[in-house]
Amino acid sequence: MIKLSGLSKKYNDNFVVQDASALFPKGVLTSIIGPNGAGKSTLLSMASRLTNSDAGEVVIADKPLNQWDNAELAKRLAVLRQSNNINMRFTVRELVAFGRFPHSQGRLSARDNEIIDKAMGHLDIQHIANRYLDQLSGGQRQMAFIAMVVAQDTDYIFLDEPLNNLDIKHSVEIMGAIQHLAHEHGKAVVVVIHDINFAASYSDRIIAMKQGQVIKSGDTVEVIDEAVLSDIYEIPFTIREVEGQRICMYYTNPHK
Amino acid sequence: MRNSTKLILLSVATLAIIALFLGKGLDAYNYRFFLSRRIPKVLAILLAATAISWSSLVFQTVTNNRILTPSILGFDSLYVMIQVLLVVLAGSLSPLVIQPMLNFSVTTAIMAGLSLSLFAWYFYGKQRDLFSLLLIGIICSSLFSSVTGFFTMVIDPSEFMAIQASMFASFNNVNGALVYWAIAPMLLCLALLLKLAPKLDVLWLGPDNATSLGINVRKLTLQIMALVSVLISVATALVGPVLFFGLIVVSLTRQLFNSYQHRLLLPASSALAAFLLLTGQWIVENLMAFETTISVIINFVGGSYFLLLLARNKVN
Repeated sequence: MIKLSGLSKKYNDNFVVQDASALFPKGVLTSIIGPNGAGKSTLLSMASRLTNSDAGEVVIADKPLNQWDNAELAKRLAVLRQSNNINMRFTVRELVAFGRFPHSQGRLSARDNEIIDKAMGHLDIQHIANRYLDQLSGGQRQMAFIAMVVAQDTDYIFLDEPLNNLDIKHSVEIMGAIQHLAHEHGKAVVVVIHDINFAASYSDRIIAMKQGQVIKSGDTVEVIDEAVLSDIYEIPFTIREVEGQRICMYYTNPHK
Repeated sequence: MRNSTKLILLSVATLAIIALFLGKGLDAYNYRFFLSRRIPKVLAILLAATAISWSSLVFQTVTNNRILTPSILGFDSLYVMIQVLLVVLAGSLSPLVIQPMLNFSVTTAIMAGLSLSLFAWYFYGKQRDLFSLLLIGIICSSLFSSVTGFFTMVIDPSEFMAIQASMFASFNNVNGALVYWAIAPMLLCLALLLKLAPKLDVLWLGPDNATSLGINVRKLTLQIMALVSVLISVATALVGPVLFFGLIVVSLTRQLFNSYQHRLLLPASSALAAFLLLTGQWIVENLMAFETTISVIINFVGGSYFLLLLARNKVN
């Protein structure tokens, strides 16, 4: 379990995140939603020790973040940011193998190789294992990066906009794989996500943010609510149930 | 061709040129004299080649660029400036100037301190880009050169003699006393860099991914910068400043060896650097009869290559 209490971050006297609290339990897929500039990515960076917080506390497995040794923490917590520009040519397999670094320090054992193969299998990218990253589409590259995080085999996984710029097929595959990690492997998975219907369809819990503050957090049915979403995004929402899933309609087209 | 095959071929070629260097014209009567002169020279070239290539390679990794090297950022001119200031402040007869080991230790300490503060500023401040670093390097480099120029104008000509040797790259008369003494700190730095090599591989993925994989990026960067400072001091103390050599070697190593692993790239870069320097020096001595120096050739070829890289905008 990861517990955030009263986290704040300021840039030049402006709060990007203010007094945010949240819980990320194991076995649960949590989505963080909200408009641009709501502080979603900053919250995720603070929870995953990529950014320092100005106030508040992050407690990971009953131990405050500042008491964790970074190398030790890397065996328990993995995080993937949205833009990954790499200055070096890697094959998919080489990239995924980096996920084992916290465990093997660069010397891969037979077990490491097994986990790497499994991670690639999990995202169904074994067939491109020996291709170079710069020969792949954006979606395939993102799958490779997620496979690296999967190979790291941590209890806590943070992904910042994993669906950014991806087509529908890759998005569905990635969300399915992430959900599988939470439900079948008992990991705490946290994703920042822009597409509200992906969040509604796959997540167990949702944290809704606006202007740096957590407006609402709870089970998906509590947050995917016309009043809540209309308030957060400042446009009217209509929500319908389609085959047991809540789908949001927000495309207000006056010419129709 | 596999990378290991390439590395073996390169090492064999380097050993061949070393043998050519040491063995030319030796016979039973003159070998003591020739070897006593040639061994320090070859050793100095090998040490300098390794120091320059390793420091440039790891520097490019931690700054995440492929075009800047410590020399281009003014580390070499900093070294020369410190030498000049030591003569000006302490006098040309001071032990700080005359004793190679003392001089080397003091210079390295100052360089490490200054470079660490430059990089503390670079990494701890707001996100800086490559071009601001390049700009700062050029400004520092010309500042150091101007200070050097100013003091060489005003000091006594006899004092100038004391620093002249450190101001220009020279493979023809290397600092013999320093060569053997430099081996120990060099080996220590190389061992530490090899130990850090797997962590450096992870840095290719960028600071955020490296942090996620358990690397303390700031600590690693500071360690590397301290080691780079020592290596640059060794190289400059041994053969003087060679501005563009690191750039050529690292670039060629990357093109020749398609690998991300520093455990391979580091030895490969030193084999290549030693091969290039020794071959160049051999050509200068035997084909051109000492009419030019190899540093002129290096800076001409390297400078053109640097311009080409900038023109093709392959900065990242």
